[in-house]
Formats: sequence, C-alpha cells, structure tokens
Amino acid sequence: MSVSDTPVLEVRDVSLAFGGVRALTEVSFQVNKGELFSIIGPNGAGKTSMLNCVSGRYKPTAGRVYMDGRDVTGLSPNVRATLGLGRTFQNLALFGHMSVLDNIMVGRHHLLSNNAVSGALYWGTGARKEELAHRRKVEDIIDFLEIAHIRKAVAGTLPYGLRKRVELARAMAVEPKVILLDEPMAGMNLEEKEDMARYIVDLNEEWGMTVIMIEHDMGVVMDISHRVMVLEFGRKIAEGLPDEIMSNERVKVAYLGVDDDEPAQTGEQVA
Amino acid sequence: MISSSLIPCGQFKTTYAADTTIFLTPASRYWCFAGILLAAASPLVLSNYLLALMIQIGFYGIAALGLNILVGCTGQISLGHAAFFGFGAFASAWLNNSFGVPVLLAIPLAGVMTTLLGLLFGIPAGRLKGLYLAIATFASQFILEDFFARANWFTGGSSGAMANPISLFGMELSGDKSFFYVVLFFVVVMYLLGTNLLRTRDGRAFVAVRDHYLSAEVMGINLTKYRILSFGISSFYAGVGGALYGHYLGYVSAEGFTILLSIQFLGMIIIGGMGSVMGTLMGTAFMVLLPEGTEAAVSTIKHFTGDIPALTSALAYIKEAAIGLAIVLFLIFEPDGLVHRWRLIKSYWKLYPFSY
Repeated sequence: MSVSDTPVLEVRDVSLAFGGVRALTEVSFQVNKGELFSIIGPNGAGKTSMLNCVSGRYKPTAGRVYMDGRDVTGLSPNVRATLGLGRTFQNLALFGHMSVLDNIMVGRHHLLSNNAVSGALYWGTGARKEELAHRRKVEDIIDFLEIAHIRKAVAGTLPYGLRKRVELARAMAVEPKVILLDEPMAGMNLEEKEDMARYIVDLNEEWGMTVIMIEHDMGVVMDISHRVMVLEFGRKIAEGLPDEIMSNERVKVAYLGVDDDEPAQTGEQVA
Repeated sequence: MISSSLIPCGQFKTTYAADTTIFLTPASRYWCFAGILLAAASPLVLSNYLLALMIQIGFYGIAALGLNILVGCTGQISLGHAAFFGFGAFASAWLNNSFGVPVLLAIPLAGVMTTLLGLLFGIPAGRLKGLYLAIATFASQFILEDFFARANWFTGGSSGAMANPISLFGMELSGDKSFFYVVLFFVVVMYLLGTNLLRTRDGRAFVAVRDHYLSAEVMGINLTKYRILSFGISSFYAGVGGALYGHYLGYVSAEGFTILLSIQFLGMIIIGGMGSVMGTLMGTAFMVLLPEGTEAAVSTIKHFTGDIPALTSALAYIKEAAIGLAIVLFLIFEPDGLVHRWRLIKSYWKLYPFSY
C-alpha cells in the first residue's frame, strides 16, 4: 500500500503533566494513511506517554487528538479500539491464562456481536456461526505471524519472543486502521528482530495498516520507517525522513550529548 | 477458563467447528454423557439420605458456578453471594404464591429478578477493586439480610415464606426422587450455558478483564460494563440455585442465607478450582460431603472405641473446623483446586507405567 496524503491520525499541541512533571510539552504531529511512522528519543523522552495519549490511556492536559478528522481526545480506550486503533505494549500485556487462540479472539471483541445471552445459548442464536467465521479470520493472522504451532498453548507459558508475536497478532485482530507498537523489538536477538521487522513491513504494506512505532534499534527504525519523529524531554526536536534525522545535529546532541571542548562529532551512526 | 495446551494423541481436527467443541476428545464427551445417565439412574439405587446430598450438591453447585464466573473468571470478589441465593429463593416463592406463576417457570424468573438485583449491587464493582470491592459486597450481604427480615410482603418477614413443591402436568414432584430429576435438569442446563458463555465473546471478555484489564480495555472491552455484567450473571446462577433450594425445602427463612454461606460458596470454588466449570461441581461436592464424611469418620471411631462424650459433643465444631482446614490446605497445596489434581491424575494414568 502506498502512502497517501490524507492524515489518519493527527496530534495537535498535546501536553501532558503529572503534577509538576511535564511529560509532554506541545507535541504536534500528523500520520498519513499507509505510513510507517516511528517515534524515537532517549529514555524518559515521553515516547510511551505520547502513545498512551493516542490510545486513550492518558488524557492530555492540553491539546487534541484526531482520528480520521474526528476528535477522540475525550474517548476511552475501548471506544478508540472500535474506531480502529490497535496497540501492543512495551511490557508484555497478554492474557496469561488464556490460550493463544483465545487471546487473539479477544482482539475481535468489537467485531463480534454475540452477547452473554446468545453466547450462552450458543446453538441457534448465530453465536456459533459468528465465532467460527471469526476463527477463520484469526487463523489468517496466525498463519501470517507463523504461530500456528502454539495456537493452543497457554500464553503465559510462552517464551518472550513468541509472546511479543502473539501480542502483535492480538493487536492485528482488532483490524485497526492505525496500529501502535511500543518497542516491538525490545529484548530480541538479531534473528527475532529481523522476523519482527519483516512482519511490521508486511502488515504495513500488505495488510494496509498505518503503523506508529516506538523503537530503540536505530538500524531497524531507519531501515523501515517512512518518517521519524524525535522526542527529548517531552518536546519534539525533529521530524522528517530517516536520512534527515540521521544527519540532524540536534538529534545527535540529544543522543550523544555535547562535548564541552569540541563541537559535536559528525558520524554516520546515531545510536 | 483454564485451557489445556496439549492436544491428545490421535486427535485430528479438520474443521474449526470440530476444534471448538466443549469436549477435547470424543471419549471425554461420552464419559460426560455416561455420567449424566448414571446420575439419572442413581435414584433407583441410592438411599434418600444420599439422594438428599446429591440434590444439595446440585443447587449449591449451580449457585457456586455463578460465583466462579464472577470470582474465578472475571477476577472480582463477592462476599454477598448467599444473599443473592436467598433472594432467588424468596423471589421464586413470592412469584408462585402471589401471582400463581407455575413453579417451574418461577425458578428461571426468580433468576432474572436476581440478575437485575445483582446488576444494581454490581454497580460499585465498576469502580472498586480488591479489598474495597470485598467490603462493598459485604455491605450488600447485610443490606439484603435486613431486607429479608423486614419486607413482609416479599419474604414473610421473620416467619419466612412457604414455597410450594413443583408440579408438572398436574403431578406433584415433591419427593426426593422426583425432585432429584428437576435439579439434575437444571444442573445440566445451567452448566451447559456456563460452558458456552465461557467459550464465546463475553466469556473471553471476562477472562481478559481478569488477566490484564489495561490491555482488555485497549482491545475494545468496556471494563465497567463487563464488571457489572459479571455480577448480573453470577446473580442469575445464585437466583436459580436459591429458587431450587427454596422449593426443595418447602420453606424459606432468612436465617439460611448468612455470611457463613457466602464464605462456603467461596470455599467451594477455591477447592474446586477458580475459573473452572467442572471444578465448581467437584468443589461443591467436596464441601457438601466433607461434614458428612467427618460425621461418618467420627462414628466409625466411636464404633471401635466406644462412646467418647467429648468427641460427640465436639462433633459440630469438628465439622466446621474441617471445612476451614480443607480450605487452608487446598490454598497451600493445591491452589488450582480439585480440577487440577484431577488433570494430574488423568495424565498420570495416560502414561502409566512409563511416566516419562
């Protein structure tokens, strides 16, 4: 899918303060449909806070968030999910006692219409048919992420890399227009990172999801992102194409610090 | 829902429909049918005393399943389950006595009334968690107990309410033998509904809310709605169980529904296995049979040693202490309940004698 010019998500002058701590200060950005947009920054820069403002976990102290032109600032996370917003978490947040399959089926929640009564009666109420139809869709995601061998495993017993993948599967099951990935590659080895990067590119290009990703691995970020935004101490210090960000002096200072004696070094790698 | 991660050897499923059945293997389905048939045949051989115990397991088991959906699946807590159980008993008697609703219809209707009450008392659950919620439900226990004692029009006040026996096509089903079939019918239906609930959308939402409420919310689950709904469903089960209890005894009085019974319900699901449908029935059977077993043990001891007055007089305390001891021992040694132990036993015999 190609990147279009229509903004699917717009964040306008968002500030977030916890008491006296200013986590975010007047951050604005816009993500276009089909884009793979990365947010980077040193630890504590406010990346996850930004994502939480977008997903509805935090309500910004000031500023607005728009999805498809609609103001979603005051909406709770579950309503935003029904509008087409999926996310994964930095620290794993799977439903530990459920099977992988059930975990992913939970992602279909807002797409299913059976309720406690029709679900309990099961036969003859359409609940069975609906569950089976959605099971089909879920299997497509399972195939795509290559987790068929663990679909019946209890999520809490899986190793870290697989759990990350199941979490991605669950977020994909929401059928989001915009998917927020909070450090999808944290703690992975090279091979797992390569796999994950491939999945992210595919879900952007083939599944047509707009991706907003926080990631610390600069190699991956610069390789796969269409655009990158840099945060430092809750402020946006740069936004642009990966190449522009790599050569941005301000970004280098944020990551490497300033030497008192010499001007900041110019190098190829920012990390 | 505690799902098993292992697919038994030799099971090949080729459709999604075959993969979503209640029973993992055809054998376990047949065992379950055989169990129901065996239960249906049991009035022919069992004494009235044992039959009465089975009936108790039935109606307490239905109510305990409701509590398990609330506590085990949704991760809430309720210390007022006995009050909802009692409300169901009074509601069914009231519907039958005041409006002439046939008893068999009054039982599910009482369940619906209790559901509405549960939704009302569940509202604090939308905001409270853990100990705070425990105290809020504790309050609902006492509010309802007080209501039972004062609402003469509904409960008959301190004198209690008469509950008519069930009649079907002009036949009165009042004896233990015929009432057993009524209870068996309700147990099968209610457990089937519970199982179905837990494998569809709202059941998964309950477990999601329990396991990780933050990510459940991000998946589009309205936390407040599901926390309250869980109270409603749990009350439905309590109401139906209570109604059966009332019509079985023929007389409903407020003294039967104290906080002690609420704690016993919690004991049933802890011993049986939190979040497990089958475990609920096992735990209920354990809790109902434990005092009887204790009594039998004491009389056996007496048989060999002659009458020991101290033991006889302490029997009531021994029975209660045994329940407490059982809960403590289960919490320490088998926190996943009887159902987990049962799975271990099954897998042991599957591999016997080559256990690895």
